[in-house]
Amino acid sequence: MDGPIAPWLNLDAVRADFPILSEKVRGKPFTFLDSGASAQKPRQVIGAMVRMMETAYANVHRGAYHMSEQATEAYELSRVAVATFLNAGDSREIIFTGSSTNAINLVAHSYGRGVMQPGQAVVISEMEHHANIVPWQMARDAHGLELRVCRITDSGELDLDDLAAKLADGRVGLVAVTHMSNVLGTVTPAAQIARMAHEAGAKVLFDGSQAAVHRRVDVREIDADFYVFTGHKLYGPTGIGVLYAKGALQEVMPPFLGGGDMISEVSFERSVWAPYPAKFEAGTPPIIEAIGLHAAIDYVNAIGMPAIEAHERALVDRAMARLPQIEGVTLLGRAQDRGGVFAFALDTAHAHDVATLLDRAGIAVRSGRHCAEPLHERFGVESTCRASFGLYTTPAEVDLLADALHQAREFFR
Amino acid sequence: MSGGLFDDLRDLYQEVILDHGRKPRNFKRLDDADRTARGDNPMCGDRMELFVKLAPDGHIEDAAFQGRGCAISMASASLMTDTVKGKTQAQARLMGENFRALAMTGVCPECGGEIADDMERLAPLSGVHDFPSRVKCATLAWHTLNAALDGGAKEASSE
Repeated sequence: MDGPIAPWLNLDAVRADFPILSEKVRGKPFTFLDSGASAQKPRQVIGAMVRMMETAYANVHRGAYHMSEQATEAYELSRVAVATFLNAGDSREIIFTGSSTNAINLVAHSYGRGVMQPGQAVVISEMEHHANIVPWQMARDAHGLELRVCRITDSGELDLDDLAAKLADGRVGLVAVTHMSNVLGTVTPAAQIARMAHEAGAKVLFDGSQAAVHRRVDVREIDADFYVFTGHKLYGPTGIGVLYAKGALQEVMPPFLGGGDMISEVSFERSVWAPYPAKFEAGTPPIIEAIGLHAAIDYVNAIGMPAIEAHERALVDRAMARLPQIEGVTLLGRAQDRGGVFAFALDTAHAHDVATLLDRAGIAVRSGRHCAEPLHERFGVESTCRASFGLYTTPAEVDLLADALHQAREFFR
Repeated sequence: MSGGLFDDLRDLYQEVILDHGRKPRNFKRLDDADRTARGDNPMCGDRMELFVKLAPDGHIEDAAFQGRGCAISMASASLMTDTVKGKTQAQARLMGENFRALAMTGVCPECGGEIADDMERLAPLSGVHDFPSRVKCATLAWHTLNAALDGGAKEASSE
């Protein structure tokens, strides 16, 4: 390890917080370069979840007894922590869901089918994750919406001229695009996209599943109408996602799922919805996961987003200095504003063969199409390997990847 | 070949597999094929189209494939098309069944008898059993062959 590369991020201390990083894989140190798929968990998160189950667990919003009141308070405090994390104006604008995918499906149903009118259009982009493609295709087919796909440039950036063209006829009701590509690492100009959407009379949703991990997100500064991210990529648990939705929109959106907790009155004839956000949280919510997410946010905040960003910038610079130098390696996307996600292809070997070799060296990368099949078609590649960095990734690990790739190419020559 | 880092992977990537992966045999379209099927492992990006020409008595006269995928899937399809030529459909299916056992466990108790020599040729692929996520790469060609011989299901997957 090269030691701290940003003076305020103590990499050794950070790594010591993640028990799994001291595991060995095939006798070698575990080099985890797949945080973009799901990040590892620090003991602070693990501990908070165990503590809750051991000392303060009961269902929320239901029991008039001590433990339930404690659990309810902890659950609602997590909502406040998320609101602060995103700089939302009001914690009621935070809806807990099961995942980013669930959150986008909620918007596709409740806003796409419930508020938008048939004939209106949704604009997505060529670099979306399947989670931000398929729900819109389903809404299109069920509700007569039109689906428009904004082009990206060869460098992997959103083509803003094409976005303007897609918005021009004024029939677009929603622009739903990624804030950071899970394949190309591209960070999109969210504030500008929101401004363009709003000027055309459309609302805007950002899929922040990757971005929220790597950047400070301010939903009011970028003026997002909807913002989505997930706990498990932010060093928190699986099973919890977040939907930020402006209060005025939640007011007019019908519920997505029906059940307990989302009503204020139920008879067999009719039900009256609870006020938002409860109206969108049917059934027992992910309580323990919300406590884990709160701990993850506290953890990230304690290190500080500026330190995390600086650390990542150094890793990206290192990767950009090393990976393109390897003969036969092609990187997908060369965006100016990018995070620590790199998809690449090797000329002598298929992505799966490369991943199997890297695994031998203890290096975990993802291989395939990373839930972004249309994007791979856009770049004319069958599949790629993807290395994605976390706050515990070291410059030495980037070097290890580069050296192993060089040897992998030789192996298959 | 340089690079000691990956030397223990020679069990998986034996020279015959690398060779068939780089230069697959029977890699062409058969315009007069009687049976065809597509094989697709969409999560991986392995795709192939398989062509089978049957003789009047029903045995496999010729087999060929086209497609893209990892070294394991291409080598497996290459070796398969080589070995099933001249076999009856029943023999080919029996080989496929035993190949799947070989790929999953590394051993094949039923690989003797009349198919012994052919299974011997496929043995270099048995190394995949140590790599659970790669077994489906090796078996895709055989799933596709079954789909082609069935004539009904035209799309196979081993995912």
